[in-house]
Amino acid sequence: MTPEPAPEKAQPAAAAANGSALLAAKDVSKIFGGLVAVDDVSFGIAPRSIVSIIGPNGAGKTTFFNMLTGLYKPSIGTITFERQDITGRRPDRITALGVARTFQNIRLFATMSAVENVMVGQHARMRAGMFGAILRTPAARKEERRVREHAREMLDYVGLKPAAFDQIAANLSYGDQRRVEIARALASDPRLLLLDEPTAGMNPNESARLTEFMVKLRDERDVAILLIEHDMRVVMGVSEHITVLDHGHKIAEGRPQEIREDERVIEAYLGKAAGD
Amino acid sequence: MLPAAVALTALVIFPVFRDPLDSFLGDSILALAFVVMALGLNIVVGFAGLLDLGYVAFYAFGALATGWWASDFFTGVNGERGIHIGASEFASSLPGVHLNFLLILVGAVIITAIAGAIIGLPTLRLRGDYIAIVTLAFGEIIGRIAQNGDELTLIGDYKFSNGRQSISPIDQINLPLIGEFDQATNLRPYFWMGLALVLVVLFVNFRLRDSRMGRAWIALREDEVAAASMGVPLVKTKLMAYAVGAGFGGISGAFLGAFLNSVNANQFQFGFSIFILAMVILGGLGSIWGVVIGAVLLSFVNTRFLTQLDQGIGNDVLNALGLDFTFNEVKFGVFGFILVLVMVLRPEGLLPERRRKLELTEGVGTGGESVYEARA
Ligand SMILES: Nc1ncnc2c1ncn2[C@@H]1O[C@H](COP(=O)(O)OP(=O)(O)OP(=O)(O)O)[C@@H](O)[C@H]1O
Ligand SMILES: [Mg+2]
Repeated sequence: MTPEPAPEKAQPAAAAANGSALLAAKDVSKIFGGLVAVDDVSFGIAPRSIVSIIGPNGAGKTTFFNMLTGLYKPSIGTITFERQDITGRRPDRITALGVARTFQNIRLFATMSAVENVMVGQHARMRAGMFGAILRTPAARKEERRVREHAREMLDYVGLKPAAFDQIAANLSYGDQRRVEIARALASDPRLLLLDEPTAGMNPNESARLTEFMVKLRDERDVAILLIEHDMRVVMGVSEHITVLDHGHKIAEGRPQEIREDERVIEAYLGKAAGD
Repeated sequence: MLPAAVALTALVIFPVFRDPLDSFLGDSILALAFVVMALGLNIVVGFAGLLDLGYVAFYAFGALATGWWASDFFTGVNGERGIHIGASEFASSLPGVHLNFLLILVGAVIITAIAGAIIGLPTLRLRGDYIAIVTLAFGEIIGRIAQNGDELTLIGDYKFSNGRQSISPIDQINLPLIGEFDQATNLRPYFWMGLALVLVVLFVNFRLRDSRMGRAWIALREDEVAAASMGVPLVKTKLMAYAVGAGFGGISGAFLGAFLNSVNANQFQFGFSIFILAMVILGGLGSIWGVVIGAVLLSFVNTRFLTQLDQGIGNDVLNALGLDFTFNEVKFGVFGFILVLVMVLRPEGLLPERRRKLELTEGVGTGGESVYEARA
């Protein structure tokens, strides 16, 4: 059962324009040598909304994500989060501000257990320093316990079975690895969660469950979600707003219904998808 | 718990059953010092995954700290009357700077931790093999500076070191409540001191490994991009690894300076870094107990086996083979060879760390790309 299409209340594009956006990118470009991977893209996402970026392979979606999270510095343009300019800021700083992400090709810490992975996700929310750790001060010990506890809660929240909590990440099933990655991102207590093709490799049943989970996440935890996704059922089912990239350009944006009917999108993307 | 207590007790009372000047006791003291050093290098290489080939620099700084602050090296200070803080009665009558050994340890940790962070800085943007080259160069630079330190005038007309002449004699270690050691008549106190340092360093190692910092080290070793994206500050976390690892090298260097009763810059060679690295790799990268075993083994190979070969029939065999060198001359070559053997036969080391074993045997990969490169 796919959740109902998002209500008409959210207007992220307008939000970006009037400055009430949670995150806004303005005229952002990324150039690799001679290749313009992202070309002059402006984009906004309102608090507590779920929006998607779609586009054919190589369109520049992941590159755009990497700029939002500080992994790449934009060649041109500015990015603001909660009205602060975060353009080119370090990834760990941006995470500390409240942006978390998952990766297209899962990047868990392979030899750490699920719980340890999620504990690393809380790094920015911890205070214990070197001496606290060595002396195991009451504060450090309490924090360590709290963080471990929270990690288990998050794993439970994303639906990992307790038996898998202490297993090495590399030994988990593909679906469980995706879950742990989401838990790890959520553990940093973000205001904005970026998911890069989270349903890749999932069967339709799992995809539908993840879709429901995203809505639940937004409703319960007050997180805005930015989604890169190829699965159109997921995208159309969950997004309030969709931005379409092709060859680095933003070729369209709007509500799912508008995107579905957009000539250029059909040509660039849906046309191909419909063909197979 | 019980086996550990028994083993520890055995270690503590072992010197009592040996002659106070027993040479095996002396070799054991060296082994303890090398355990401290190897545990320090293990933090940098084993935990944080930063290949450091210049670890000798921290041995140098630690030993020099002892040379500077526990001898008549700075003869002229304070109108040749010297500066004495917590020094023994005898040392207090000598010119030069004479500090209590505990103060020297603190000073050595501070100097080496700073040196460690400084060497870390230029490597922050680099990856694996490039880090190795930069650290190697740093180790060589410090070694060369120390070897030519008698030509290097710093403040006033004070020199950096005595160059190829040793700084010697060094004050005996003098501990509050316990009193002054006397190497000429009794080595036991040095053994207990070395053991105490090993225990402290082991304790710190375990505590750090199981902390927020330890997790961050392992995370950045496994996948720098993911670690940074999860909020781990790379610069700070890496510099911490360098600084802590270097600090242990400083502790050991200061202790060795006092125990050997001389600080000789000729020891500050590249081969020394390889010696310590071989201990870490033989024992098992990242494995605390493995590294302890590796350090003890190689230290004894060095002091016992190679020396015996060198003094015994070993060199005759080399001669008979038509080889024109002695075992002592190729000592560090032997450790290089051991390193190669381990990598071929048992790359995960004698007592492998769980994670490394996974990486090596099950191909659980580590992500190679650096955040700095990504952001360039
Ligand atoms: N670090 C980099 N250096 C050089 N070129 C890059 C780099 N990262 C991405 N690119 C190029 O930029 C373009 C956009 O890539 P990107 O990964 O952002 O696409 P994508 O929309 O995420 O595609 P997919 O749907 O396949 O994941 C591609 O042509 C890619 O080869
Ligand atoms: Mg992509």
